[in-house]
Amino acid sequence: MPTDIQAPSIAYLPLLPMLLVFGAATLGVLVEGFVPAAHRRVTQVAVAVVGLAAALGQVIYLANENTSRLVVESAVVIDGPTLFLQGTLCVLGIGSILLLSETRLDASGGHVVSQAANLPGSREDLALAESTRVQTEVYPLAMFALGGMLLFPASNNLLLMFVALEVLSLPLYLMAGLARRRRLLSQEAALKYFLLGAFASAFFLYGVALLYGYAGSVDLGDIFTATSQTGKSDSLLFLGIAMLGVGLLFKVGAVPFQAWTPDVYQGSPTPVTALMAACTKVAAFGALMRVFYVAFGTAKWDWRPMMWAVAILTMVVGAVLAVTQTDVKRMLAYSSVAHTGFILVGVIALNRQGLSGTLFYLLTYGLTTLASFAIVSLVRDSSGEATHLAQWAGLGKRSPLVAGSFAFLLFALAGIPLTSGFMAKFAVFRAASQGGATALVVVGVIASAVTAFFYARVVVLMFFQEPSVDGPTVAVPSAYTAVTIALGIAFTAVLGVVPQPVLDLADKAGFFLR
Amino acid sequence: MTPWLTILGVVPLVGALLISLLPTGRDLLTKQVALGTSLVVLVLTIVMCAQFDASSGDRFQFAQSYDWIRTFGVHYAVGVDGIALVLIALIAVLVPVVLLASWDDVESLSDGADAPAASRKSVKSFFALLLVLETMMIGVFAATDVFLFYVFFEAMLIPMYFLIGSYGGPKRSYAAVKFLLYSLFGGLLMLAAVIGLYVESAKVGTGTFSFEALTKLELSHATQGWLFLGFFIAFAIKAPLFPFHTWLPDAGAEAPTGNAILLVGILDKVGTFGFLRYCLPLFPWAAREFAPYVIALSVIGIIYGALLAMGQKDMKRLVSYTSVAHFGYIGLGCFAFTTQAGTGAVLYMVNHGLSTGALFMVIGFLINRGKSRLVGDYSGIAKAAPKLGALFFVSGLSALALPGLSTFVSEFLVLVGSFQRYPVATIIATVGIVLAALYILLTYQRTMQGPLSAVHATMKDLNVREVAALAPLIALMLFLGFYPKPVTDIVNPAVKVTMQDVGAHDPAPTDVATAAESK
Repeated sequence: MPTDIQAPSIAYLPLLPMLLVFGAATLGVLVEGFVPAAHRRVTQVAVAVVGLAAALGQVIYLANENTSRLVVESAVVIDGPTLFLQGTLCVLGIGSILLLSETRLDASGGHVVSQAANLPGSREDLALAESTRVQTEVYPLAMFALGGMLLFPASNNLLLMFVALEVLSLPLYLMAGLARRRRLLSQEAALKYFLLGAFASAFFLYGVALLYGYAGSVDLGDIFTATSQTGKSDSLLFLGIAMLGVGLLFKVGAVPFQAWTPDVYQGSPTPVTALMAACTKVAAFGALMRVFYVAFGTAKWDWRPMMWAVAILTMVVGAVLAVTQTDVKRMLAYSSVAHTGFILVGVIALNRQGLSGTLFYLLTYGLTTLASFAIVSLVRDSSGEATHLAQWAGLGKRSPLVAGSFAFLLFALAGIPLTSGFMAKFAVFRAASQGGATALVVVGVIASAVTAFFYARVVVLMFFQEPSVDGPTVAVPSAYTAVTIALGIAFTAVLGVVPQPVLDLADKAGFFLR
Repeated sequence: MTPWLTILGVVPLVGALLISLLPTGRDLLTKQVALGTSLVVLVLTIVMCAQFDASSGDRFQFAQSYDWIRTFGVHYAVGVDGIALVLIALIAVLVPVVLLASWDDVESLSDGADAPAASRKSVKSFFALLLVLETMMIGVFAATDVFLFYVFFEAMLIPMYFLIGSYGGPKRSYAAVKFLLYSLFGGLLMLAAVIGLYVESAKVGTGTFSFEALTKLELSHATQGWLFLGFFIAFAIKAPLFPFHTWLPDAGAEAPTGNAILLVGILDKVGTFGFLRYCLPLFPWAAREFAPYVIALSVIGIIYGALLAMGQKDMKRLVSYTSVAHFGYIGLGCFAFTTQAGTGAVLYMVNHGLSTGALFMVIGFLINRGKSRLVGDYSGIAKAAPKLGALFFVSGLSALALPGLSTFVSEFLVLVGSFQRYPVATIIATVGIVLAALYILLTYQRTMQGPLSAVHATMKDLNVREVAALAPLIALMLFLGFYPKPVTDIVNPAVKVTMQDVGAHDPAPTDVATAAESK
C-alpha cells in the first residue's frame, strides 16, 4: 500500500525568473531539432535574449513587491540579495549571449567550433577552422548555466545548492572546450576545468554530509539554529565549513583554488570566458555569502580567520602573478583573481555595508569585465585572436577608439576615480574598515597599487609604443558585440560619477533572510 | 550666489570637449580654442580674486555643497581659503603661458613632413588633455570634501600620464609609468587613511568627508599617527620630499617642456598644499610629533637636491633636482609652525611655480633649438641669441632667490620663520642658497658664455610668441619681488587659522606683512 506523498506547495510567481530561463533553455534544445539550420542561430539568440529579458522584468517586478519569502518548502529563498544578484545575472547574461552571437569577427563565422569532439590536430579538426558550419547548441548550454547561476545564490538548502552548482558547472565545462581556434588549448582548458571542478564539487558534497551530521539538516536556517546551541560536535562543524568553503572558493577563483583560472580563461572561447568571469563570479559569491552569512553567522569567530588568510593570499597572489603574464587573457584571469580578493574583503566585513558593497562590486565588475573581454575578441590576426601582449603594441595609433576604450576599462579595473571600479573598491574597503578589518584594507590598497602596474603596462604598450608592421588588425564587430562594449563602457563611466541610484538598489536589497 | 569655482572648473572641460569635436587637421584653430579657454579661466580667476574678502571670518569662500553620494556621506563641496585661491591663480596664469610655450611642440616631435601619418602625434589630444588637466588641478585645490579631493588627486594623474607617455622624450614610457605608479601608490595609502577618517567620524555621528566636520573630530593619538602617515606619504611623494623624490627627475626630464612646467609648478604643489590643508589641521598632535622628522627630511632634501643638481649633465634633470631642493624649503616652512614660515611656504609655492616655470621654459626653448638636453653641448649661446641668454639669466637669478625677485621674499620668510623654532636646521638650510648660486651660475656660464661653437652660430633668437610666453612670468616675479603684499594679505589669514588648528603659537610677535614689506 503506497502511502500518500504530500505534494510540496510551490509558489510559482517568485520562481518565475528561474523558470523562464530554464524554459528558454529547454526551448533552445527544441529549436535545435525543429528549426531549419538557416534560421537556427537567429532563433536561438532571440529565445535566449527574450528569456533573459523576461526574467529580468520579473525580477524587477518582484523587487518592487518588496516581500522576502521562503518558497518550495523553504528550499529557495527570494529576498533582496537574491533578487539583486538575479537581476545582475540577467543583465550580464544578455551581454554574454550577445557576445556569443558575434559572427563577423572570424572569417568562418562565430567564436565556437562546430564539432568539439574531434581529435585536435587531426585532418577533420584542421578542416573545422576553415569550415563555415555554425554550431548553435552553445545557446541552450549557456542558458542552462545561467539558470543554475540564478538558482545558486537563491538556494536555502545545501542539497539544492549542490544541484544548482552542478547545473551551472556542467555546461561551462563543455563550453570551455568549444574555441574555434587553438583547439588543443581549448580542450585542455575544458578537461582541466572539469577535473578540478569535479574535485571541488566533491569537497562541497562532503562538506554538506558533515554538516548534516552536525545539524541533522541541510537547511541553512537549521544549521544556523544548531550553531547557536551547545553540545554539538564542533569538529564536524569546522570540517564542514572548511569543505564547503573549498567548493565555493574554487568557483569564485580564490587562492589557493585559483590554479584553473588562467588556463581556462585563456583556452575558452572569449565570450565564454566573459560569461565565466562575469556571471559565474556573481553567482558563486552570492552563494558564498548566503552560506557564510546565514548558516555560519554565529560561528563567524571560527571562519573569519580562515577567510582573512584567503582574502590576503588572493589579493597578493593574483596581483603579483598578473605582473608576469604575457597573454592578455591570462593577465585578465589573474586580475580576476585579485578582484576576487577585493570582493572577499567586502564579504569579510560581515555587516550591512559589506553586503551592499559586495553586491555593487559584483555588478560593476561584471559589466567592466564583459566589455574588456569583448574588446579582446576584436584584436585579431590571421590565426585568430591576437592575445599575446606584444602584439598589442601601438594599438592606440592604429585604432584609437578601441585602444582608448580598453584603456578606460583597465583604469576602471585598477580602481582609478571617476570609474565604477573606484566606487566599488571604495564601497568594500569602507565596509571592511567599519567592520574592523583595517589590516585587510591596507593589504587591499597595496595590492591595488600592484594591479595598477600591469594595467598601466598594457596602456604603455598600446599608446606609447610604435606599432609593428605585421601587427594584428582590429576587426569591425557587428552590432551584437558593439552594443555590449558600448553598454559596458557607459555603465562603467556613469556608475563612476553617479553611483547613488545603484547603491540605493544594493542598499534596499537589505540582508539575507534566514 | 554665483557658483564661481564650479564655473571655473567646467570652462576648461568645455574647451576640451570643443577641441575633441573639431575635425582633425585644424591645428591652428585647436590651439586658439585652447588658449582662448585658458584666458577665460584667467579672467574669471582675476574677478574671483577681486571679490575675495581676506578679512572675512569664514574659512572658505565661494563655498558650495551638494549631496553627491549619500550612501558614503560624500558631498560635492568646493570652496577656497587664501592658500587655495593663490594656487588656483597660479594655475590660471601658468596654463595659458604653457599653451603659448608649447604652441609648436607637438609638430616638432613628429618633425618632417615625410613622417608617416601613423607616427604623427595628435595636436588635438595634446591640447584637450592639457585642458582636462587644468580642470582637475582646479578641482583638487577647490575641493573641501576629502573624498572629492581624493578623486581629483588620483584622476589628475591620468591626463598627465598620457601627456608624458605620448609626447615626452626618449625614455618617456618609463618615466610615465614611474610617475603614475609612485603617485598611485601614495594615493592608495591616502585612500586607506581617508576611509579611516570616515570610520572615525562615523563613530561619533553620521560618517562624513566634509573637511570642516573632520577638523572637529577628537582623534586618539595612535589613530592620528597612522592617518597622518597615510596622508603624509602621499603628499611627500607628490611634493616630492626626500627620499620620495626619485620619480621627479625622470618625469621632469622626459615630459614635454610645457608639462614639466605644470608638473613641477602645480601638480607637486598639491603635496605641499596637502601638508597645510590636511596633515596639519586634521592631525594636529601627530603633526607636532612628526614635525622634527619632516624638518630633517626637508633639510636633507635641500642639500641633497642642490648637490645632485650640480652634478647633472641634463638640463631638465638639473631643474628637476633644484625643485627637490626648493620643495625642501617649502616643507621646512610648512612644518616650522610659525605664521611667518607658513606664509613664506605658501608664497614659495607661488614663486617657485613662476620661477621654475620660467627656467624650464627657457631651457625648453634652448633644447628646441639645439636638439640636446646636455649642458656640455652648448657654449656661448648668448652671443647668437641674446634675448634667450638674458631671459635665461633672469630666470636663473630668480631660482637662486636674488633680492628684488619674488623668490627672495619667500625664501627669506621661510628661513626667518623657521629659525625661531629650529635654528640649527635653518642654518644648514641656508647652505642651500650658496649651492643654488653655484648650480645656476655654472650652468649659465657653461651654456651661455664662452666661445660660440660653429654649430650654434646660426641659432635663432626667441621669437615674439616665446617672449610673450615668458614675459608674464618675469613681470610677476619682479612685481611680487618688490610688492608681495597683495598675496601675503590673502594668504596670511588662512595660514593663521591653520596654525591655530595645530595649536602652535608664534614664538615672537612679528607681523608677517611688515616683515615682508621691510625687505
